[in-house]
Amino acid sequence: MTGWLTTILICLPLAAGLVIWLTPMPKEWVGSLATLVSLIEVGIWIIALERFHFGDSSLQLAQQHTWFRDLGVSWHVGQFGFSLWLVGLTTICGAAASAYAWWAGRERPRAYFGLMLFLTGSVVGVFSAQDLLLFYAFFEAMLIPLYVLIGVWGGPGRLGATIKFVVYTVAGSLLMLAAIVVYGLQQGTFDLTRMHASGNDWLFLGFAIALAIKAPLWPFHGWLLDAYRESPPEISGLLSGVISKVAAYGFLRIAIFQFPQPAHDFRVPILVLASVGLVYGSLLAFRAPDIRGVIAYSSLSQMGLITFGLFAANSLGFDGAVLQMVNHGLLSMTMFLLAGMVERRTSTGEFALLGGMARGRPALATVLMTVGVMALAVPLSSNFAGEFLILAGVLQQQWIWAAIGAGAIVLAAMYMLRLISAVLHRDVGSAVSDAALDLRKGELAIVLPLVAILFVLSAWPDAISGHSFAGNGPLVGAPVAVAK
Amino acid sequence: MIHKPHVDWFALSPSLAMIGAAALLLLVAVFTPKAARRAIAAVVCGAGFTTALVFAIVLDERSKNGAAVIHDAVFRDRWAALGQVLVAGCGVVAVLISYGERMREENIAEYYALLAAAGAGMAFFVQASNLMTLFLGLEWFSIALYVLCAIDIDLVGSLEAGLKYLIIGAVGSATLLYGSALVYGATGQLSFDKIAAAHAQHSSLLVLGLALIIAGLAFKSSAAPFHMWTPDTYQGAPTPVTAFMSSATKVAALLVTYRLLVTGFPANERLWTWAIAGIAIASIAIGNVAALTQRNVKRLLAYSSVSHAGFMLIPIAAASALGGRALVYYLIPYCAMSLGAFAVIAARERELGTPVTLDNLAGFGWERPFLGVSMSIFALGFLGFPVTGGFIGKFYVFAAAYHRGWWWLIVIGAVGSIVSAAYYLAIIRSMFLRDSTELQLAPAGGSPPRELTLHAGVAVCLAVSVGSLIVVQPLIDVARAATRALPF
Repeated sequence: MTGWLTTILICLPLAAGLVIWLTPMPKEWVGSLATLVSLIEVGIWIIALERFHFGDSSLQLAQQHTWFRDLGVSWHVGQFGFSLWLVGLTTICGAAASAYAWWAGRERPRAYFGLMLFLTGSVVGVFSAQDLLLFYAFFEAMLIPLYVLIGVWGGPGRLGATIKFVVYTVAGSLLMLAAIVVYGLQQGTFDLTRMHASGNDWLFLGFAIALAIKAPLWPFHGWLLDAYRESPPEISGLLSGVISKVAAYGFLRIAIFQFPQPAHDFRVPILVLASVGLVYGSLLAFRAPDIRGVIAYSSLSQMGLITFGLFAANSLGFDGAVLQMVNHGLLSMTMFLLAGMVERRTSTGEFALLGGMARGRPALATVLMTVGVMALAVPLSSNFAGEFLILAGVLQQQWIWAAIGAGAIVLAAMYMLRLISAVLHRDVGSAVSDAALDLRKGELAIVLPLVAILFVLSAWPDAISGHSFAGNGPLVGAPVAVAK
Repeated sequence: MIHKPHVDWFALSPSLAMIGAAALLLLVAVFTPKAARRAIAAVVCGAGFTTALVFAIVLDERSKNGAAVIHDAVFRDRWAALGQVLVAGCGVVAVLISYGERMREENIAEYYALLAAAGAGMAFFVQASNLMTLFLGLEWFSIALYVLCAIDIDLVGSLEAGLKYLIIGAVGSATLLYGSALVYGATGQLSFDKIAAAHAQHSSLLVLGLALIIAGLAFKSSAAPFHMWTPDTYQGAPTPVTAFMSSATKVAALLVTYRLLVTGFPANERLWTWAIAGIAIASIAIGNVAALTQRNVKRLLAYSSVSHAGFMLIPIAAASALGGRALVYYLIPYCAMSLGAFAVIAARERELGTPVTLDNLAGFGWERPFLGVSMSIFALGFLGFPVTGGFIGKFYVFAAAYHRGWWWLIVIGAVGSIVSAAYYLAIIRSMFLRDSTELQLAPAGGSPPRELTLHAGVAVCLAVSVGSLIVVQPLIDVARAATRALPF
């Protein structure tokens, strides 16, 4: 059973998606069924969490079956500490997205929820794959549901958004395929746990560019704004909360662990790009005219920060990066859902038309305020803990990076407070009518669990930062050794 | 008493089954009542292809040690048998797609007869072991295809398609024949292995002949720059014929090209690997770029097939056992996806009564979810997404190029795939992201009947293309066994 857990986590949503597509069932059932399945998925993840030994640095809950011997490719899935947390993030965000979509009532529900489950399954697959080709297969498979979900259920500018999104991502991922083929054939196997580290700069760049596009890191963020603005809110939440973490995970698992020497050599250029993204993203977020723009650009800046942590290449940085991935994932998901809820009431996200929503809507005001304050990393929040670890880690590289990071955190406070005040305070905006209700029970039921998890993490950030990398296992040992 | 050669009839059985079906179909054309002719002809043709398929599978099983039969004219080995399996399989699906095609009752049986004859020719062609049988096989299936392209005189462009294919195909055949003559002149030999044994690799006559033979075969596999007929012919021919041509002809032409080059010209390997690599690059570049601007979906898929010819030439350029496996494996999902994609086009064409363009596919996916989802899967598979065996095929092709040391072919392939994303995704965009209301169709008395046979054909293609992603190892084992027939 333990060996099957990871496989079940991947296949359950895929199978449920197929069932929804293939069996004739009343449309009303579909949303509830999909939400139920995603909650079961969360339950399975909790079982996996329980059976996971955090003191053990080796691959756990693993399963391996040969796919084709010829080139050493297999179905090899399993969990490390950090990947287990990211799987958890995926299942929780997936459940929230599914529940919100059910509550909001999407058209063509069978197609919609089937694709949503397919997306969840493939993202879990990316985080669990221990075979490079399998990783790539899931990495690509994610794109298909995203393309359709944005393209069919998105806003008026969805066609342009999907084209940009796909052109960027496909360009990156096929270069990654070329890198994977060469790397795997050089090693004679595609099994990540058996592949030796490589010192080839070109291969590293092949991976790094694909991942930088997916994240996105500056200057590969051209697709970001349109995709985040035009998607349905829960898909934006998944994109910025979960899909961007796929890229960060890829940096950690492949670009850094498998290519320690190039990762070391390219550290400064990557840190420069990350800091540009960090500051530039924050500034754009401060200037953005609508809610989604702020969250989208803050996501760009947060990815820069997470990259800081990853390329600090010490355990402080790694721990902080993983914690921050989960924090930002949950926060982003919640923020986008709240943005969706505001847009539902006012049919716009433009700050110029919003304002004064706090009056008479205490639940909305409280939740948005709480989440916003957490997102700006107020001390005692989990976000603060994550950013602190990252800055402490990167400080060991050079003080300048920590200084830039600290500066950007101040900017984060500025744009978040601007968002809160533009939506909740000031004069009542022209798009806000008195008829616009406070958050309904259904909405609260979706958002409050996410906020609760954030509170738990704020109280106990060590749950993640202290349980991602066990000891000085083979994985963490390699890059740290090179960093000396 | 005339001396008769010993003939291994079993080795010829797939061809013979299809010839038999063709002959029977000509009788059907004359002796059956008009009302039942369509059904009877389709059943006979389907039975012919199925018999050929079974024979080819058994032949594959019983030809573990390759051998030349009938005076060095024909091979009996697993490479050829596997090619016959694929050709016959494509034939079966083509019959399923053809059944609902609107065609005049008076030449429906002839249509199926020609289809079976073309299949027989291809089955014979992949067995060829000397330049004479090679040319005979090529002409045999080509002539059948010329007529098939032009058979539907009610279809605008069908005649043009046939004529273009005839003229350019004739140039290709002539090129091949001329090349064969030069090779014969240089070596005095016709059969592949004896050409290799003649040690004439430095003869300029042989080199020129080799170049012409490669060009002649490239016409058939529609590789650039010998692809000029492809878009017009694929567009104008009746869609089931296009489906059959785009799959079976490619199988035959590419398998024979590989076999001829490695058995006949091993000493000139350096030369032809570079030539093939050049053709592959040209095909990938021209096919993908030209497809970008197409609105007609058949034409778009025609250019896509040019680019896939380029992809499948990469393992030939690799000239290794791994390359052989890559080519054979790639062909399996490719045939299924190609047949399936054209089948879906055929369905839409029958619905609308006009050529299918990206614009009038709007909303198709929501109206016909099975066909729409299948088409999306085929398009994504062509693109190399991990939803069909096309993904593993591309991966193997890249692996073969890497083993050759030609990593730049991988880069070119990857860049080509990036470009192709634009037009493959355009198909999905039309079907699902646009609404059928923008078409403003005039209602013409209810929706057309659901065609069970066409749906069955698409289902088979879907099963093969997705299945080949999952059961990779058994297929690779089959491909490995086939490749053992070649001298590596």
